[in-house]
Amino acid sequence: MISMASTMTAQQTRSTAIDPRAEAAVEMIGVHKWYGEFHVLRDINLNVRRGERIVICGPSGSGKSTMIRCINRLEEHQKGRIVVNGTELTNDLKRIDEVRRDVGMVFQHFNLFPHLTILENCTLAPIWVKKMPKKDAEEIAMRYLTRVKIPEQANKYPGQLSGGQQQRVAIARSLCMNPKIMLFDEPTSALDPEMVKEVLDTMVGLAEEGMTMLCVTHEMGFARQVADRVIFMDYGQIVEMNTPDEFFKNPQHERTRQFLAQILH
Amino acid sequence: MTTAVDMRHYVRSDKIEASPPPTLSRGPLAWMRENLFSSPLNALLTLAVLYLLYVIIPPVVRFLFLDAVWTGTDRAACREDMVGHPVGACWAFVVEKINFFTYGSYPAPERWRVNIFFLLLAIGVGWLLWLRAPRRDLGAVYFFWVFPIASYILLTGGNADFGLGFWIKFAVVGLVLIGLLAGAASLLGTSIRTALIAAAAIVAAVGVTLAFIDWDFGLLPVPTSLWGGILVTLLVATVGIVFSLPFGILLALGRRSKLPILRLASVIFIEFVRGVPLITVLIMANTMLPLFLPPDTGVDRLVRPLVGTAIFASAYMAEVVRGGLQAMPKGQYEGAMSLGLNYPQMMVFIILPQALRIVIPGIVNTFIGLFKDTSLVSVVGIFDLIRAIESSRIDPNWAAPTISYTGYAFAALFYFIFCWGMSRYSIGVERRLAAGQTR
Repeated sequence: MISMASTMTAQQTRSTAIDPRAEAAVEMIGVHKWYGEFHVLRDINLNVRRGERIVICGPSGSGKSTMIRCINRLEEHQKGRIVVNGTELTNDLKRIDEVRRDVGMVFQHFNLFPHLTILENCTLAPIWVKKMPKKDAEEIAMRYLTRVKIPEQANKYPGQLSGGQQQRVAIARSLCMNPKIMLFDEPTSALDPEMVKEVLDTMVGLAEEGMTMLCVTHEMGFARQVADRVIFMDYGQIVEMNTPDEFFKNPQHERTRQFLAQILH
Repeated sequence: MTTAVDMRHYVRSDKIEASPPPTLSRGPLAWMRENLFSSPLNALLTLAVLYLLYVIIPPVVRFLFLDAVWTGTDRAACREDMVGHPVGACWAFVVEKINFFTYGSYPAPERWRVNIFFLLLAIGVGWLLWLRAPRRDLGAVYFFWVFPIASYILLTGGNADFGLGFWIKFAVVGLVLIGLLAGAASLLGTSIRTALIAAAAIVAAVGVTLAFIDWDFGLLPVPTSLWGGILVTLLVATVGIVFSLPFGILLALGRRSKLPILRLASVIFIEFVRGVPLITVLIMANTMLPLFLPPDTGVDRLVRPLVGTAIFASAYMAEVVRGGLQAMPKGQYEGAMSLGLNYPQMMVFIILPQALRIVIPGIVNTFIGLFKDTSLVSVVGIFDLIRAIESSRIDPNWAAPTISYTGYAFAALFYFIFCWGMSRYSIGVERRLAAGQTR
């Protein structure tokens, strides 16, 4: 059983540097995307290795959400290549399904299914996408619900839970598919201040286990603790990318310095 | 707490326990003062409404109940000049004609078959609508497969007598279908065994259905021209309701599809059918449907308006369902897609259950409208309840001043009971589904 580190003890959990020869989990090569006339993503080049934890920050409208949503094809890119776990994303639906099975996603507004119980939320995809017997799926769901510390809510509906609990269910729901990569799209932005920590703790626990994570967030404490790399985006481009220590202590680009001055008072 | 403003430091030292709200003045008098006579205008309106009720209700009650005639065998019982007192509704007329209103001209010795049909219908509807009924999956099989076959055999007499040639053709087509599906499976690289089983199951289901229709149960054949009354009304309404929901859902999905041709076809169908009156659709179905089909396939004259109403209701249902689909937040689609669900799974498990729940009032509204619109099939010569009443009220045996009113009152009562039932049921379902699932 993997222990859940609290924010306090997580300082020393940042693992040894990722082996540069480790397999690539996500490769984005010269990716561009337009919304109509608007150029949202401009020449994104990013290579994420297995087990790497990446935090992406930047002002709103900078394309950070769009970028990670391209990785599981919630958004379509129009130029360049995206390879996820060795599968290149094209219009081929089979490949998209393959990628989505391996990539979990947690959203700002949870996107739980309000008409299903917590347990049903967690077992639906394993049963229908992975063709898992119902009993096994429920067992796995209960294991992950226990991990996010809400097994007792299994038979309630999402509307009966607090925001923090809902977000932890959303994380458990993704984990039930046993993903190789987890995407987080501002997972704590819609939460009451008192509930941010319980969600961050869950994410820290995941990071400790070696999950490959791409996380759009402005929780700089979290970035310092677990990130291997921090990426700063603006105007649809990656402006700066560095280890958290260097990124916060010694930002190189003028725009990064401005941004950090605004959010780190 | 005006003093709080002046305090610079304050720390709460005690916890205020929750207490019940202040008691309001209760009792009927207080209620009336609050709700009926709270202002001069309200008092005036209350009095005006009371006067209106006084004007309307007593005559209606007198007509329907107090002066009504309950027994009698012909017009003599219902004529003021013959019985010597004012006569209201002539319920004796309805009692006398009730068999005609229910079965139309369906042969009297065979009417037990219609009764069994009513019973089967009631069982099916009850099974599906009672949310906690046991084995509702079996209920669906019963309602959508067993019940239609049984009804067809009971009402028409079955014994379609297809002949040997037909069965040889069926066997060939069935084998070809199984072969095609197996071939498609091997091309797509999916399990051939599953495809074979699925294809064989489909062919077997169709075969069993046809065999039942073909079988001679020794029932007297009854042509649809003899059917009538409540039988036809319920039949048209049931077929319309049962077909309009799935077709409406498909049309709504088609209209929101990303495939341009599918979308265009759905839009054209919906807008065209919605843009013409039901009477036009019925008349077109009646006269034009035979033109579109091969000349030797005679379409039964009862089937034509059935198709017409089903098409008409589907178009309306599509727009209702589309409203529900549009109300779904984008996040629900994204949540489903991010888990790897494909389009049918996403629609069946995530989107439609929520979207349909949102539009239950609209769906039931369409059902109620459809139920009442079935009375229009009389225009194309189908003998529904309204038509049966129309033809009975001019029966010289029952020539009396209040006969027409009585007939229409009976029709109104019949339609009201069914529509009100649907309305109450939908409210119950909404309440049950809303419990515990607030967003």
